[in-house]
Amino acid sequence: MTTAPAPMPHFNPRSVGRVTLRWVGIAGLLAFLVAPMVPLFIWSISFRWFYPDILPSEYSSRAWEQVISPTNNVLGSTWQTTLIALLVTVLSVLFGVPAGRALGLHNFRGKRIVEIMILAPIIVPGLAVVLGIDTMFIRYGLSGNIIGVSLVHLVPTLPYMTLVMSGVYANYDVDYELQARSLGAGRWATQRYVTLPAVFPGVVVGALFTFLISWSQYVLTLLIGDGQVQTLPILLFNFARSEPAIAGALSVVFILPGILVLLLSSKYLSGDSAAVGGIGNI
Amino acid sequence: MTQVKLSGLTKIFDAKNPPAVDQLDLDIDSGKLTALLGPSGCGKTTTMKMIAGLLRPTSGDILFDGNSILSIKPEERGAVMVFQNYLLFPYMSIADNIGFGLKMRKVSKKEIRSRVTDMLDLVQLPGFEDRKPNQLSGGQQQRIALARALIVEPNVLLLDEPLSNLDAHLRDEMRVLIRRIQTEMGITTVFVTHDQEEAVVLADKVALLFDGRLQQFDSPDAFYDTPRSAEIATFFGGTNFIPGHYQDGVMKTDIGNFKAPHSAVGDGAAMLSIRPEAIELGVGGDNSVAGTILSHVYAGRYARFQVKIGDLEIEAITEPGQVKLFGDGDTVPVNFAPDKIWILEANSTPQPVGADSAG
Ligand SMILES: Nc1ncnc2c1ncn2[C@@H]1O[C@H](COP(=O)(O)OP(=O)(O)OP(=O)(O)O)[C@@H](O)[C@H]1O
Ligand SMILES: [Mg+2]
Repeated sequence: MTTAPAPMPHFNPRSVGRVTLRWVGIAGLLAFLVAPMVPLFIWSISFRWFYPDILPSEYSSRAWEQVISPTNNVLGSTWQTTLIALLVTVLSVLFGVPAGRALGLHNFRGKRIVEIMILAPIIVPGLAVVLGIDTMFIRYGLSGNIIGVSLVHLVPTLPYMTLVMSGVYANYDVDYELQARSLGAGRWATQRYVTLPAVFPGVVVGALFTFLISWSQYVLTLLIGDGQVQTLPILLFNFARSEPAIAGALSVVFILPGILVLLLSSKYLSGDSAAVGGIGNI
Repeated sequence: MTQVKLSGLTKIFDAKNPPAVDQLDLDIDSGKLTALLGPSGCGKTTTMKMIAGLLRPTSGDILFDGNSILSIKPEERGAVMVFQNYLLFPYMSIADNIGFGLKMRKVSKKEIRSRVTDMLDLVQLPGFEDRKPNQLSGGQQQRIALARALIVEPNVLLLDEPLSNLDAHLRDEMRVLIRRIQTEMGITTVFVTHDQEEAVVLADKVALLFDGRLQQFDSPDAFYDTPRSAEIATFFGGTNFIPGHYQDGVMKTDIGNFKAPHSAVGDGAAMLSIRPEAIELGVGGDNSVAGTILSHVYAGRYARFQVKIGDLEIEAITEPGQVKLFGDGDTVPVNFAPDKIWILEANSTPQPVGADSAG
């Protein structure tokens, strides 16, 4: 205790600490992502698996065959889910970005009310909102098809996108645009060279998560889809009780985009991306 | 070369507040450097933005060479503004930042590259092409912002406090540089500053703004010699004020009568102003009164005396050798040279530097 620590050449505790931390981080992330998939995957290849066995007593590839076989229309459903999620994402970006800009940049009369109205679908359970919308959708023929389902998915996603973008724009200095204009850039060039690079990471992250929110909708799809639109979550629920093995296999398919989105957005949120660290340090 | 005229220019952001810029009339000479001077919040940036086309005036007009440009887009006005906070595009390299204006004008890549290199030499940052803005100090960023504006050779250059972040040495160099480029290229330049010394050193003419209103538009020396109000005189550094009554070229005050041929006002209640540097100690004559030295400070290049005359206390700045001639408590003649006295309106009550105890 009384002796001073001996000098240790070639040893930098700080750099060692940093390397260790990084490995712990990666291991943690992997565990977090992969761990929930393990039992799902085991479910998908098990034939008999009863408590208290740690592993199934018999294995089978039946579930995966079922997933691939055209009878259950898993591929069609995956495609439909993707299509809806893409449509929702495009619409959310199209409307959410300008709305977020208006909200983040400008102070106008009644701004608080607009903010609350945007938040309302997030605070009030989507179910309550949609029950109201449902009759209207039926009347206008939007019930039971992809368009209607996509529109109703905007209820939870559009406020989300708007809020993300208003956060991005709140940190954004419009004077950059004025500076570009003054230097000779027109409206479009300003958007392209100044605004877009600044808000792009925010748009990407917002879009990725919008995609995910739409991808995993169950109740809204069930109500407006009216049994006609069979997205993956609907299919998954159908199998959850009766066929745990198939449900397990479906879950693996279902969870993949989430992991992809997480990896992609972590790239955009990390320092590796040139666009991040841009205007307003998004 | 472009002559810029502001006519009744007004900007009201919020009807509840007084106008940020109020009925501003200004004739900015072609090819000259004009300083827009005033304290923080007086509307300097607002005025610049309106000239650049980045902010719509509430009323009034802006004319370039006699033609109203209010309907012309900012990118087509030929007026480039350099912002107070430099605003380098963060995700672009320094070279791309400087070359931005040329790129927008569809200049070839090759030419842009060579002109960027020239510009970097000009602002004394050679070899900075590939750096990113966040790798530069504030002063370096400010110089890049200047280079980015100069490279497009604007007709009107609007500089919003372009030197505020430089140390004294660099600031002097950049002043000389701006002055040189401005003269060589004959760019009509408006230069915002809240530092009266900078305005005086750099500008051909100075426009002084208080609370969005033009106070005086004159050559720099006029602000020292013939300020329009006591407020202006105060803004331009310490001045002694002595209240009294002005009549027939003579200022009658509690401490004596002074010949004062130069005046901003007619006969009546008035305020005598005289700069500390203009007061002569130990000099007798018609315009001289007796004063008692209260204290003094030796400051190397000059000496400063506090002198009591009657109930008034004034400040005198003299050459440093005078500290050997006069000691505290001495009674000496104090001369107010008639040419150095300037008579102002009486109604404003400024804070005199010489610690007025008569009021
Ligand atoms: N966008 C705005 N909305 C509302 N008020 C504004 C806006 N911009 C400026 N103002 C107000 O207008 C006045 C003038 O502002 P301006 O920025 O022109 O001052 P300035 O002379 O440039 O000051 P500084 O030396 O501090 O830069 C200030 O009172 C400011 O609060
Ligand atoms: Mg300003």
